[in-house]
Amino acid sequence: MADERRPKQCSLVLPTESMKVMAESVGVGQLQEECCVALSEEVSYRIKEIAQDALKFMHHGKRRKLTTNDIDHALKLKNVEPLYGFQSQEFIPFRFASGGGRELHFYEEKEVDLSDIINTPLPRVPLDVSLKAHWLSIEGVQPAIPENPPPVSKEQQKVESTEPLKAVKPGQEEEGPVQGKGQGVTSAESKGKEKSISRLKPRSTHELSVEQQLYYKEITEACVGSCEAKRAEALQSIATDPGLYQMLPRFSTFISEGVRVNVVQNNLALLIYLMRMVKALMDNPTLYLEKYLHELIPAVVTCIVSKQLCLRPDMDNHWALRDFAARLMAQICKTFSTTNNNIQSRITKTFTKSLLDDKTQWTTRYGSIAGLAELGPDVIKTLILPRLSIEGARIKAVVEGPVISNIDKIGADHVQSLLLKHCASVIAKTRPLPDNVDQYRADYGYLGSMLCSHVVKARAQAALQAQQVNRTTLTITQPRPTLTLSQGVSTGSGPRTPNIIKVPSSLTLPVQTLVSTRPVTPAQPSPPATKYIVMSTSTAAATSPQVISLTSSRSSSPITSTAPSSTSTLQPLVKVEHTGQSVTTPGAGGSRTLQKYIVVSLPSAVSSEVKASSLSSPSTAVDSTVKADRTELPGASTHSSH
Amino acid sequence: MAAVQDAPVEADNEKEIKTETLNDAAGNHASAAGGVIPSPPVASTSSSGPAKAGGPGSEEQQTLMAVLQFLKKNNFVGAVDVLRREAGILEDSDESQGQELAASALGGAEAGDATCTLSRASSCTTSTPAVAAAPAKGARCAVVCVSAGGEDQPDVNVVLSAYSQQGDPALYQGYYSGLKKFVESVLDCHRAELSQLFYPLFVHMYLELVYNNHETEAKAFFEKFSGDQECYYQDDLRVLSGLTKKEHMKGNETLLDFRTSKFVLRISRDSYQLLKRHLQERQNNQIWNIIQEHLYIDIFDGMPRSKSQIDSMSGSLAGEAKREANKAKVFYGLLKEPEIDVPLDDEDEEGENEEGKPKKKKPKKDSMGSKSKKQDPNAPQQNRIPLPELKDSDKLDKIMYMKEATKRIRLGPESLPSICFYTFLNAYQGLTAVDFTDDSSLIAGGFADSTVRVWSVTPKKLRSVKSAADLNLIDKESDDVLERIMDEKSASESKILYGHSGPVYGVSFSPDRNYLLSCSEDGTVRLWSLQTFTCLVGYKGHNYPVWDTQFSPYGYYFISGGHDRVARLWATDHYQPLRMFAGHLADITCTQFHPNSNYVATGSADRTVRLWDILNGNCVRIFTGHKGPIHSLAFSPNGKYLASGATDGRVLLWDIGHGLMIGELKGHTDTVYSLKFSRDGEILASGSMDNTVRLWDSIKAFDDIETDDFTAATGHIHLPENSQELLLGTYMTKSTPVIHLHFTRRNLLLAAGAYNP
Repeated sequence: MADERRPKQCSLVLPTESMKVMAESVGVGQLQEECCVALSEEVSYRIKEIAQDALKFMHHGKRRKLTTNDIDHALKLKNVEPLYGFQSQEFIPFRFASGGGRELHFYEEKEVDLSDIINTPLPRVPLDVSLKAHWLSIEGVQPAIPENPPPVSKEQQKVESTEPLKAVKPGQEEEGPVQGKGQGVTSAESKGKEKSISRLKPRSTHELSVEQQLYYKEITEACVGSCEAKRAEALQSIATDPGLYQMLPRFSTFISEGVRVNVVQNNLALLIYLMRMVKALMDNPTLYLEKYLHELIPAVVTCIVSKQLCLRPDMDNHWALRDFAARLMAQICKTFSTTNNNIQSRITKTFTKSLLDDKTQWTTRYGSIAGLAELGPDVIKTLILPRLSIEGARIKAVVEGPVISNIDKIGADHVQSLLLKHCASVIAKTRPLPDNVDQYRADYGYLGSMLCSHVVKARAQAALQAQQVNRTTLTITQPRPTLTLSQGVSTGSGPRTPNIIKVPSSLTLPVQTLVSTRPVTPAQPSPPATKYIVMSTSTAAATSPQVISLTSSRSSSPITSTAPSSTSTLQPLVKVEHTGQSVTTPGAGGSRTLQKYIVVSLPSAVSSEVKASSLSSPSTAVDSTVKADRTELPGASTHSSH
Repeated sequence: MAAVQDAPVEADNEKEIKTETLNDAAGNHASAAGGVIPSPPVASTSSSGPAKAGGPGSEEQQTLMAVLQFLKKNNFVGAVDVLRREAGILEDSDESQGQELAASALGGAEAGDATCTLSRASSCTTSTPAVAAAPAKGARCAVVCVSAGGEDQPDVNVVLSAYSQQGDPALYQGYYSGLKKFVESVLDCHRAELSQLFYPLFVHMYLELVYNNHETEAKAFFEKFSGDQECYYQDDLRVLSGLTKKEHMKGNETLLDFRTSKFVLRISRDSYQLLKRHLQERQNNQIWNIIQEHLYIDIFDGMPRSKSQIDSMSGSLAGEAKREANKAKVFYGLLKEPEIDVPLDDEDEEGENEEGKPKKKKPKKDSMGSKSKKQDPNAPQQNRIPLPELKDSDKLDKIMYMKEATKRIRLGPESLPSICFYTFLNAYQGLTAVDFTDDSSLIAGGFADSTVRVWSVTPKKLRSVKSAADLNLIDKESDDVLERIMDEKSASESKILYGHSGPVYGVSFSPDRNYLLSCSEDGTVRLWSLQTFTCLVGYKGHNYPVWDTQFSPYGYYFISGGHDRVARLWATDHYQPLRMFAGHLADITCTQFHPNSNYVATGSADRTVRLWDILNGNCVRIFTGHKGPIHSLAFSPNGKYLASGATDGRVLLWDIGHGLMIGELKGHTDTVYSLKFSRDGEILASGSMDNTVRLWDSIKAFDDIETDDFTAATGHIHLPENSQELLLGTYMTKSTPVIHLHFTRRNLLLAAGAYNP
């Protein structure tokens, strides 16, 4: 008994190097070895003492985790000033570094910019303590409600379903507290007996109590009934209730039979409801569905690839059902696919087969593509991308050929948009940069040109996301130059250059508030309704007179200047680039335009800007702004170096 | 309390040291038997003991004077001053000896008393030079000095000095393994008993080595033998393992515990004789000395105990309780209920009429009244402890209680209680204490952020009394004046009480629901009014965190206990404690009033439960057997039994009258934070950190134990291994540790805890 814990008792002492490092950190160099030894022993002893006291506070705080507060209180007991301000977000704030033969653990203390803290919006107020009552037990029986833990844990369900008939070998105890049996068998006879019992007894009870039967009836009726509110409630119950384990076989049969019947009757609504039930079952954290996949998977796959799912294929949106079911299928694969059951590979094979078949209808084709696409970018890359040109040709035949049937046309359209949607993001990630339309056309055939524009969009999207991730670091630096570039309507004498992008006023709301708080000179009328962001090329700047107002919080007096004097227009732009460069990754043109906007120091408006640019999607427009940027860059950077 | 503390201070010169012949009785005075003995010289000392308080008084005074003279002669001015101050000797009284001195010494001791027992390790460091200086020149006599400071927590240096005897450090391992071999070789029946010696011997030998600066030997000794010790001593061993230097010994509380209290062992006479013979044959003085000085061997006649018997009782910091410690009579019976005219039937019928049911003749229920009329022979006298008089509102409450009691569900193995769980959401690990009122209408929670919150769990909202100005406007003559004084605007479901400056570790409602007590890390106990929701009193006395507080079942009195190891009894209208219960060797972690309010039980981190008599402040029971700090206590409703739960996850049951352990309930895997008997005592509910509530058949547990005269006399008992049979139900919560349990008057079980995702 005692031997197990023996290693714990060894008296650990801090290494003397630590003492040296600590001494150095407070300015004591060259500590003698004896001092270090003496110090480290003393320090280790004291630390242990404090830790043991802190443990008391943990116990009385009725916690399992020791906190920094416990240490503080223990220090207080010893009449030692506690460590103030040692609050850590993480449980263990130490970082490890090695190099030059030394290994170090250090506490990463980032420099905190106070203005960052001041300017970040306040976090949500944490919820107040509240009291909630539930029945833990009713006359000795624990009710199966969400507040109580599930009667049969998920792990246990998994064990049962994956090893249902685990042979009990002689000398090997049946493990697990499954039913509280198999406690250790002594004689050989009883062993045999035990074995036969465990074989004969599948152990899942199939009798439902009256309450459960009622519940089942209510839930299934609500799920396929006409009242949406009730259905939502029922689905919520399926997704959260912990006590459904026993009803799972019933639900599974209900779904599979339901799909079978309703596919024949082309009842789209019911199919959708049934798929939502599958989704809810999948979402329930207490259920382990593997045992019932043989019923559920055919039902789901039917909803993906069936030729016809509704009465009026030209009108009804059965595509959404296919998408939904395809996502479900992907989720099933992700959760349950193992090397034993090979669900994913079997499903992939099924889809691929129907995809390769020339006679496959558009609906089924759509379904199999959707099903494959949901399985992830790798599957798209290996199975869909190579077939893009073939599919493209097929679509072209329908779209540009003689009109055979409206249904085919709709089908082809949907397949096309589906392919574009899924392939674009994958291509954006894998294909090297220059997005050349001709090249795309050569590679992907009919769909090439459309793909190209989608890829460009996808790239912009990705850049935007990267931007948003960085947003916290991007917020205003201390001097906080707020700068409004506006083309005054009253002074605007020249014609608008085409490369001025108009931003809807609703998107620039923060700008307005900023401006309104600043003192505005009467000479500079700034119409609050609309703002224009100058995206001028050098030529445009020269030709069109623009009023650029720069409001800086430091000077708090707006600088107004007219455009043709290039230096003054450049001045704010310098700042633009300055703040922008430090933050964003150079590269895509989209992000260039972003940087411009950053000058205005409105991170929340950034997204709107990008939207605006991406809305004017033709790649040429983007190219031109990129060019505009590039031409301006040298001037800006040279200026900033002054 | 022993005001006079004697401890010898001896020379560093071995040759000079007087040795003492082996002496069966605990050495009262350091008698000297001169001569050079080939075996390692030994100085025997006596540690504190109440027996010596009066005894050698005048003798000691003389020695003291002798020391003073000696110091003066050698011009140790500082030491003389210090010694004089310590002993309370006046300058002019120097020459005069005898009675005067005795008086002043007593005075000094009283002063020490007043400065209180809390002066822990820090006290009395001033005596260091005196003690150190005296033997420096090789004093020729074993000096006995009077320590004025702690009567209960003796001076560290004096205590430590007992270790300064020099044995050959290299031989310690030999001694220990020799004893080990001997114990292994004895007959089976004695082996278990003698194995008890290992742990205390190990500890004291290790400390001796450390004290004498044999660090490497000490480490080797620890390394070699620490693994042999019983696993329940791990926590103490962990403390010891860190302690490798003499300097560390100052101020270490665990060490002080070992030193100030004798480790108590119960050994049968036969086994003891065996041991004695062995040690005498081997001339193993080192071990013998430790046994003499630091161990108290409680010898009994009869069969040696078995291993399981010993294991069930051991585990405490200072060994088992002495048998005589549990001999005092305890009046565990309940007090007679005051007679109240219960208009039972009227009210019931009214209630039924309101519900529109037909009238029914009910059999008169005066069984309640008649039962309490007989005086329980085991009950204390009604006025043994003065109890507050019943107010009208209390009587109303009693009537309510009785009415509820008639509707109570009879519980048993077949009819288990329903459990309603109150989960504290969004508490972020901050919930530290919970209490329910007796009528289950209010819940109080203590939090780590220093707040106390009170919730109403009935539809009736919490209202505070109007301000004084508004109260003036009320018509005092009106019938509903009690209703009118309440401020409707303040009605809310919960109230927050601010005042503490540290985590709140205990809360307790007064029985009349007018007050709430809370105790905190900041060392105070606060009394809150539940009429105004303000703090009324802050009881200061504990200078260290207060771990638990509890109202008496009759109100007015309350008990608190904390890190300073002292439990204090207070009355709400006194700002100073009425009683201080000192005796625990580590933090008092939980407190509980006996149902008759004449006794309090305290559980401690020294792994013992003590029962204290409120009347005279005596410790009347010491229960050992837990293997971890005790965190929960519960008396059975009839007052006969006590249940205690500890960090080791076990619940132990005790018979208070006989002072016996009568049951062990195993099942929990983590600290048991809450225990409660059902209203009729049939079911014991336990709640634990392992997120379960368990129900136990307490009737069966009490009945299964058969006590004959012998077990009653010796306290040795065979515990049946029947935890599984007694366990009636286990109810898992969803990651919510159960920190409080409460049976409503109708036997519905309420549980509370904070959801801890």
